[in-house]
Amino acid sequence: MSEAITFVMAHANTWAATALICIGLWVVMVRGNLFKKVIGLNIFQTGVFLFYISMGYIRGGTAPIVVDRPDAVYANPLPHVLILTAIVVSVATTSLALALIVRIRESYGTTEEDDVNASDEP
Amino acid sequence: MDLLAHLPALQVVVPLIGAPICALLTAPRLSQAFAVLVSLVTFAISLILLNQVLADGVIVYGMGGWQAPWGIVYVVDPLSALLLCLISGMAAIVMPAVRLGIGAETTERSRRLFLSLALLALTGMLGIVITGDAFNLYVFLEISSLSSYALVATGTDRRAVAAAFNYLVQGTIGATFILIGIGLLYMMTGTLNMADLGERIGDLRDTAPVQAALAFILIGAAVKAALFPTHAWMPNAYTYAPSMVSAFFGATATKVGAYIMIRFIFTVFGAEWVFGTMMVGWILVPLGIAAAFVGSLVAIWQTDLKRMLAYSSVAQVGYISAAIGLGNHDGLIAAIVHVFNHGLMKGALFMVMACVILRLGRADISSFRGLGRRMPVTMACFVVAGLSMIGVPLTVGFVSKWYLVLGAIEAGMWPVAVLVLMSSLLAIVYIWRVVEVAYFAPPPDAARVREAPALLLVPTLMLTVLCVAFGIATDTTVGVASYAIGFLVGEP
Repeated sequence: MSEAITFVMAHANTWAATALICIGLWVVMVRGNLFKKVIGLNIFQTGVFLFYISMGYIRGGTAPIVVDRPDAVYANPLPHVLILTAIVVSVATTSLALALIVRIRESYGTTEEDDVNASDEP
Repeated sequence: MDLLAHLPALQVVVPLIGAPICALLTAPRLSQAFAVLVSLVTFAISLILLNQVLADGVIVYGMGGWQAPWGIVYVVDPLSALLLCLISGMAAIVMPAVRLGIGAETTERSRRLFLSLALLALTGMLGIVITGDAFNLYVFLEISSLSSYALVATGTDRRAVAAAFNYLVQGTIGATFILIGIGLLYMMTGTLNMADLGERIGDLRDTAPVQAALAFILIGAAVKAALFPTHAWMPNAYTYAPSMVSAFFGATATKVGAYIMIRFIFTVFGAEWVFGTMMVGWILVPLGIAAAFVGSLVAIWQTDLKRMLAYSSVAQVGYISAAIGLGNHDGLIAAIVHVFNHGLMKGALFMVMACVILRLGRADISSFRGLGRRMPVTMACFVVAGLSMIGVPLTVGFVSKWYLVLGAIEAGMWPVAVLVLMSSLLAIVYIWRVVEVAYFAPPPDAARVREAPALLLVPTLMLTVLCVAFGIATDTTVGVASYAIGFLVGEP
C-alpha cells in the first residue's frame, strides 16, 4: 500500500496534469454551453502547462541565474520558456473563442449549442 | 548573393511582415495590390528554394546564426520545398481574385482585415513546412489555425460563425495533442530539433512516453488533416466560409496536417518502428479507406455543392492517409504526390464555386441548371477538375491513384487496391450529378447569367490547366516526390 502511495506521490504533478487534461476534455465534450466549452478548453490546456512546467523542475532547483554557491542546482528553463509561448497562444485562442461567442449570441440569441443547432434545422 | 543565403528566413518573414502592413493600408485597392505583391514574392522565393534543393540538396538555415541543436533551424528538404511551392503558389494564384471573390460572401466590417488574416495563415502554413524544430512547428500551427478560424467566421451566413467556433474547439484540441506529444519527446530526449530527435530517440522507442508521444502527435495531426473520424469540423467550416477561403484552405490546410504526419513518422520516429513495431499502418489504412467511402457516399447526397466538395475532401484525405499507412516506397510517392495534386484540383473546384456564387449568389445543385451553356468556361473547369477528382488518365488524380494502387499491391494488400478503385466509382457519381444538371437540364427562365469575370476566371483556369499539365508531365511531381523520399528514409 505504501509503495502505491509513494508511486502516486512521486509523480504527483503528472497525475494532476493528467486529471486536469481529462476533466477539461470531458467538459468540452459534455457541456452544451459555449462558455463552458471554452472553460473546459482552458482547463485542458492548463493541464498541459502543468505537465511542461513540472518537466523542467528539479527538487530544490533554483532559477537558472548564476549564483555564488558551488552546489547550486538549476531548474531547466527551456520547458518554462516554451510553455510561456503556449500560454500566450491559449490566451489568444480564448479571446477569439469569446469573440465568436459574442457573434453567435448576436445572431442566434443563445449560447447553448443545442439551441444553435436546432435553430438552423430546415 | 547574401540575400540568397537568407531565403529560408525570408520565406516566412515576408508574409509575416506583410500582414500588419496590409492591415495598415486602408485603401482597399492598395491593400489588395500589396497582398498580391507579397504572395508573388513568397512564391518566387519558394521556387528558388525548390530549385536550390533539387540542385544542391538539403538547405539548413540557423535562425539568427544559432546552429542546431541549440537554435531553431529551418530545414528545406525536397518534401518541404514541394509543399512550400504548393502553399505559396496557391496563395499567389488565388490572392489577386480575393477582393472580388469575397465581395458577395463577407460582411463589410470583416473585409478590411481579410487580406491580413490570409497572409498570416499563409505565414503559419509556410512556417510549419519549413521549420526543423518541433516546438516551432506547434507555434506556426497555431498561427495558421487562429487566422483560419477567423477567416471562416467572415462568412455572411450566421452558421459560418458557429462552424468557426466548432473548428476552433476541435482544432485547439488537435494542436494541444501535438503539444503534449512534443513535450513527451522533449522529456525523453532533451531536444526539440527534429533531426536531433530522430537520432536520440534510438533505444527510447520501447518506453511508454515515446509511444504515447507517437499516439498524441498522430491524433493531433489527424484532426488537422480532417482524417475520418476526426473530420467533423471540416464540412461546415468549408461550406459556410467564403469560397475563396475554402479554395485556399481546401487546397492547403488539410495537406499541412498530412505533412506533419509524414514528417514525424519518417524524420522523428523512424518509419521502420512506426510501421513495423507499432503497426500504425493497420490504423491509417483502414481509416483511410473508411474515409474514402464515407466521404464519397455522403458527398453523393449533398445538395449544397460546397458541402459536397468538403465531404469529397474527407475522402481524398483518406487516400492520402491510406497511402502513408502502406509504408512502402510507392505508397509514400502516392501520399506526397496526392497532397500536391489534390491541392490543385480542390483549389480549382472551390474556385468554380466562387465564380458561381458571385453570379448566382448560391451554389446548390438546382442553381447549376443549364450553367454549361451560360458559364461555359467555368463549367469546363469543373468538368476537368472533376475528372481529376475521379482519377481519369491524363489528369493529376490518375497519377496519385496509380501509385496508391501500385503501393497497395506492393504491400500485398490487394483488397486495398480494389477498395480504392471502388471508391473512385463513387466519385464518378457525385461529379456526374453536377455535370448532368449543368449540361442536360434546361436553364431556368431567370435573367441571363453571364460568365464569371476574368479576375476570377483566370485563377480557376490556371489551376485547371495545372491539373492536366501535371497529369501529363508526371515526371516533375513524381520525380520530386521520389527524391524527397530519399531524404526522408535517410538514403539519398
